[in-house]
Amino acid sequence: MAMTVVEDWLNACSGCEISILNIGDALVDILPKLEFLHMTALIDHKFFGQVGDGTVMEIPEADIGIVTGGVRNEEHKHELEEIRKKTKFLIALGSCACYGGVPAQANMWKNEDVFEKVFRNCASTEPAPDPVDPSVPKWTPTCAALDEIVKVDISIPGCPPHPDWIADALTALLEGKTSWTLPERSVCDTCPVIREKKSGGGPVKRWIQNIDFNPEEGIDKMRCINEQGFLCMGPVTLAGCAGKSGVPRCIQARTPCRGCFGPIRKGSQPMVDMMGALSSVGLEAKSVLDRRAMMNRYIGGHGFLRPLPARPVR
Amino acid sequence: MSKVINIQPVTRIEGHAKVAITLDDSGNVSDTKFHVQTLRGFEKFCEGRPVEEMPRTVCHICGICPWAHHMASSKATDACFGVTPPPTAVKLRRLMQNIAYYSDKILHFYFLAAPDFIIGPDADYSVRNVVGILNASPDIAKKVVHMRHLGAQILEGFAGRAIHPTFSVPGGVSKPLTEADRRTMLPAAQEMLEFAKFSMKFAKENVFPKHMDAVKSIGVINVGSLGTVTDDGTLDFYDGKLRLMKADGTYEDFACDQYLDYIGEAVEPWSYQKFPYARKWGKLNLSLDNPVGVYRTNCLARINVADKMATPLAQAELEEFRSAFGRPAHYTLLYHYARLIELLQVAEDIVQLLNDSGITDTNIRAAVEPKEGRGVGCVEAPRGTLIHDYECDKDGLITKLNLIVGTTHNAAAINLSVNQAAKEVIKGGKYDQGILNRVEMAIRSYDP
Repeated sequence: MAMTVVEDWLNACSGCEISILNIGDALVDILPKLEFLHMTALIDHKFFGQVGDGTVMEIPEADIGIVTGGVRNEEHKHELEEIRKKTKFLIALGSCACYGGVPAQANMWKNEDVFEKVFRNCASTEPAPDPVDPSVPKWTPTCAALDEIVKVDISIPGCPPHPDWIADALTALLEGKTSWTLPERSVCDTCPVIREKKSGGGPVKRWIQNIDFNPEEGIDKMRCINEQGFLCMGPVTLAGCAGKSGVPRCIQARTPCRGCFGPIRKGSQPMVDMMGALSSVGLEAKSVLDRRAMMNRYIGGHGFLRPLPARPVR
Repeated sequence: MSKVINIQPVTRIEGHAKVAITLDDSGNVSDTKFHVQTLRGFEKFCEGRPVEEMPRTVCHICGICPWAHHMASSKATDACFGVTPPPTAVKLRRLMQNIAYYSDKILHFYFLAAPDFIIGPDADYSVRNVVGILNASPDIAKKVVHMRHLGAQILEGFAGRAIHPTFSVPGGVSKPLTEADRRTMLPAAQEMLEFAKFSMKFAKENVFPKHMDAVKSIGVINVGSLGTVTDDGTLDFYDGKLRLMKADGTYEDFACDQYLDYIGEAVEPWSYQKFPYARKWGKLNLSLDNPVGVYRTNCLARINVADKMATPLAQAELEEFRSAFGRPAHYTLLYHYARLIELLQVAEDIVQLLNDSGITDTNIRAAVEPKEGRGVGCVEAPRGTLIHDYECDKDGLITKLNLIVGTTHNAAAINLSVNQAAKEVIKGGKYDQGILNRVEMAIRSYDP
């Protein structure tokens, strides 16, 4: 029998939904076994009745809830809580849902500072009060990961998650399993570059020049990006961005990893660990520019990014 | 007694929005609002970040058109640092942007918009969707899945990531295209071109003629257009000058870094989305009968402002379109038609770029030194003109950032089209899900 699904995006960019569509051929096998009761991106089911006369948000009961995006406003929070009540398994899909994601960099400021900038301090904007109409939901205190608000059963991180893992997790649920996780490996564990455990030393280079490689040769003939003196978050980032096989995505582009799959295990401190990794190859770890935002780019929920206290006036 | 109909969420679009329609005592539409409910604050949280990290950060604005943001951002960072990317880097940026554009447009046409036309606007919501398309036209649906997959494979195989790319960097791109890469891509590009031709023919024979009543009645407004053209007026997605055209077809051209003289943004208390408007036309007025300052972007606006298309097949289609609908064309549902004309141009351009002997050159990145500066980068995203405006300090850290992105330009026009469509289809308090879906069809035309 088919399992029923409710899917929706909260503080999201739609990339995770595109990644679901990018499952490709495997989707044709899985789709008949899933009945989507709600999916804003593709299906015209409405939360307030099909003719818009409802007064409360109605989420259909379903076996699986898939939620992308973090929680940024009161309506996201309400919707997430309703989906949690109505579904047996809740999947947090993508790094925004798992960790807060890129938009959680806003957690480095107070909400009022963000609104001040957006509505009163942008070059083309006529300064105006913040929108306060009841139809624009109020911001929550932070941009939060889903598990800061409700219990999450399955986390599929990534920005976006690889289609292989979406298909894999859904298949596990269809087979009657009740849990699914990615193996605890680092991006480096799946990266074929040449490593010699040392670099040329000195400050960490900014990514204003290309890394050194021969385009006619494979990634396995290229020197590790950290060892070339650049910041690559591979050592502290969960593996899996290229799916079940393949070279890590950013490395395939001959570009450094920035940590989009998040920490390798719960409770780890990627920034601290990354500083250690840079030091271990002889680089001056403290020279990394803007390192708090750089090393927490995708994981600013869970209190990883917060406003710094104002510097004392000298 | 007055009553409010809430269409929430607006579906088969690419964001968070709802529509509120207020009916008066006699059941006629007295007011409508298209509310955008999410705000993320990129303009703030990019402050302090290194300029070179911008192209791979701001692409996260949109998971459907990350490549367009990636390119606008790359151009803004080039300008901040005062560098000109080598010609091959520009060709590779164009190639990638086109491939991403292609997948985006067929997704919208076949899976988001087509259910209204192929399954029908009044069909039950449970079948008026992609699954309905799969059942009604399985061969076409499978072909679309295949073509989208092909696009993603090319992007991933070469540039690592199909979504949220890292390939383009200040001064150029991260890697060259090898001859082997080029040979892998060419057959796929030919297949993409053939499917673009099929799509145009299919729509002209099976979709548009059957729905001309809807085209002439739903969401119709008379407003301006914004798009990018080259010096000789040819439509271009990557580079050129901005052209702002009034509803009567007269226009002004300006360099993208002059945008502040032409475009302002108003804030309304009922939406997180701002309302860009043409400053020189007067203070923004959202009245349906007498709109002021309102212009649109995205494909219909682009083919309105362009004197011609860049490629032969697309040009032939533009001529046919213009002979039927004039210039500028105003019927909102014609966005779907314009989208397919553009699809042809990008498909033809992909093949041309891959046959360009210079595409495999290895000089792909200019030397970059951080310095104080300002850079404005504009490209045409599938959903409209992107304006990325960055300022940085002497260390190359962002101090100010301003963004006006595709669908935001359309905020005022979408509100007008919703108002027009609601008044057109809801009368005397009579409405059902099919009638409300027609209001959403006006919105979907803009592919927000």
